Amino acid sequence: MVERRPWLDVLSHGILILGVIVIAFPVYVTFVASTLPLEEIMVAPMPLVPGDRLIENYSQALFAGTSTGSRAPVATMLFNSTVVALCITIGKIVISLISAFAIVYFRFPLRMFFFWMIFITLMLPVEVRIIPTFQVIADLGMLNTYAGLTLPLIASATATFLFRQFFMTIPDELAEAARMDGAGPMRFFWDVVVPLSKTSMAALFVIQFIYGWNQYLWPLLITTDESMYTAVIGIKRMIVGGDAANEWNLVMATAMLALLPPAVVVLVMQKWFVKGLVETEK
Amino acid sequence: MEKRVVFRSAWLPFVLVAPQLAITVVFFFWPASQAVWYSFQLQDAFGLRTQFVGLQNFATLFKDPNYLLSFRTTAVFSVAVAGIGIALSLLLAVMADRVVRGAMAYKTLLIWPYAVAAAVAGVLYAFMFAPSIGIVTYYMLHGFGVHWNWVINGDQAMLLVIMAAVWNQISYNFLFFLAGLQSIPKSLIEAAAIDGAGPGRRFWSIIFPLLSPTAFFLLVVNVVYAFFGTFGIIDAITQGGPAQSTTILVYKVYHDGVKAADLGGSSAQSVILMAIVIALTVVQFRYIERRVQY
Repeated sequence: MVERRPWLDVLSHGILILGVIVIAFPVYVTFVASTLPLEEIMVAPMPLVPGDRLIENYSQALFAGTSTGSRAPVATMLFNSTVVALCITIGKIVISLISAFAIVYFRFPLRMFFFWMIFITLMLPVEVRIIPTFQVIADLGMLNTYAGLTLPLIASATATFLFRQFFMTIPDELAEAARMDGAGPMRFFWDVVVPLSKTSMAALFVIQFIYGWNQYLWPLLITTDESMYTAVIGIKRMIVGGDAANEWNLVMATAMLALLPPAVVVLVMQKWFVKGLVETEK
Repeated sequence: MEKRVVFRSAWLPFVLVAPQLAITVVFFFWPASQAVWYSFQLQDAFGLRTQFVGLQNFATLFKDPNYLLSFRTTAVFSVAVAGIGIALSLLLAVMADRVVRGAMAYKTLLIWPYAVAAAVAGVLYAFMFAPSIGIVTYYMLHGFGVHWNWVINGDQAMLLVIMAAVWNQISYNFLFFLAGLQSIPKSLIEAAAIDGAGPGRRFWSIIFPLLSPTAFFLLVVNVVYAFFGTFGIIDAITQGGPAQSTTILVYKVYHDGVKAADLGGSSAQSVILMAIVIALTVVQFRYIERRVQY
């Protein structure tokens, strides 16, 4: 604080509070709608105080699904989302960690070529190669499988860079000492590199978990079987037509269930989230 | 930058990079090259015969008024998303940087929309603004006399997807601006204050120029986000409608390729998009190299 300007402080708090309210409003409306009976939502304007159907709506969404749109229970979708998000996250961290280790700690033919191959994948987001990638998955018989949902999203240039960047800061003396003591590369990897990388792994975990959980286009293409829907796809499939055709109370309960896990991860692991966000973008 | 101390093994490094490379080749390079290959092909209506047609798909695209319209839509959309998103988050970040009391609480309350999936954000906005039952629709009609129906009004549909996209991306921009603001030395601000510069003058003459690298970085990231990351929002709210008024390029690739099954045309669009991503990535990295140097 450079000087006292009471009116500016009031203005700052005012703008921030307004910002927080505007940003929270859509989720508040969603929460309220998820606690109301359908009839009350259908008569505009819907009330802005929570109703008494919280338990009924959520249990119907979780275990029975909607009757007009997708009939898949949301509990299955949440399970699928969790499996997919964890496979993508852990898969990305593991394969990026070992490939960065190889690129930094070994000299071998084609090393830089491999590095650039990984780098170029940054420029090929799934959105620009939708149909051929879909065909690859179809040819491999991986439609409607967890492998099909996760494998194409597991390669990660950003995670590889992050680990490479971090390995560069590990003092050479550590590798020297390890070699002198007769430790092989994998011993060095497990006993030195992995423990030192824990912070980077935690940061990546938060970012990639959100990325995996929130995938949309890819699961939309390759899941045709309701039992393989993820939560984000499930919501889309529950909306079948005009305003009046949907069971909005259940759709909104599902939306809450789909947004809570990643939001909780962000809030609980806030420190790692900020670190991961800022570092993966370098 | 290279390590001085390295390990020796003829096979281990290849084993270590193999998983990453296998996935890269199978799911990135092979499909991308297929996209390029298909973009030179024309398929008959039943998908039975394909014919090599050179650049004809590209020529058809650039003569197609719908495709050119989609370019315009994408330009309007990405400029609006990047511009509004950056302006709002800068305002919030400057305010959050100013306040002493409650700064952490504000930060926590502003960062969580990042965790909401684009498609879910789309559903929330579609619900709030639903033409017949939406709560915001109701108060706009009864409070301001605005007839809100994005199902038939293209401009309103565009406005709605822009709002949802800005909302979804604002926490990302906010965090980067806040980090940028907190790295500005306090002594600079204090010196300016002693010289008699008020808060407004300090912002425009010192803080804003020092933040410009962050702002430029965010501009590129936001344009990439508007091009690709907003697919879920568009698909959940408007499906590109009404009358293609929200069909951005990525949505058109999906629509033509998956729904209309026009393999050649969709692949040609993919190739054009790849060129755009490559250009944006190059811009981003050139700039980052420059930032690392000073």
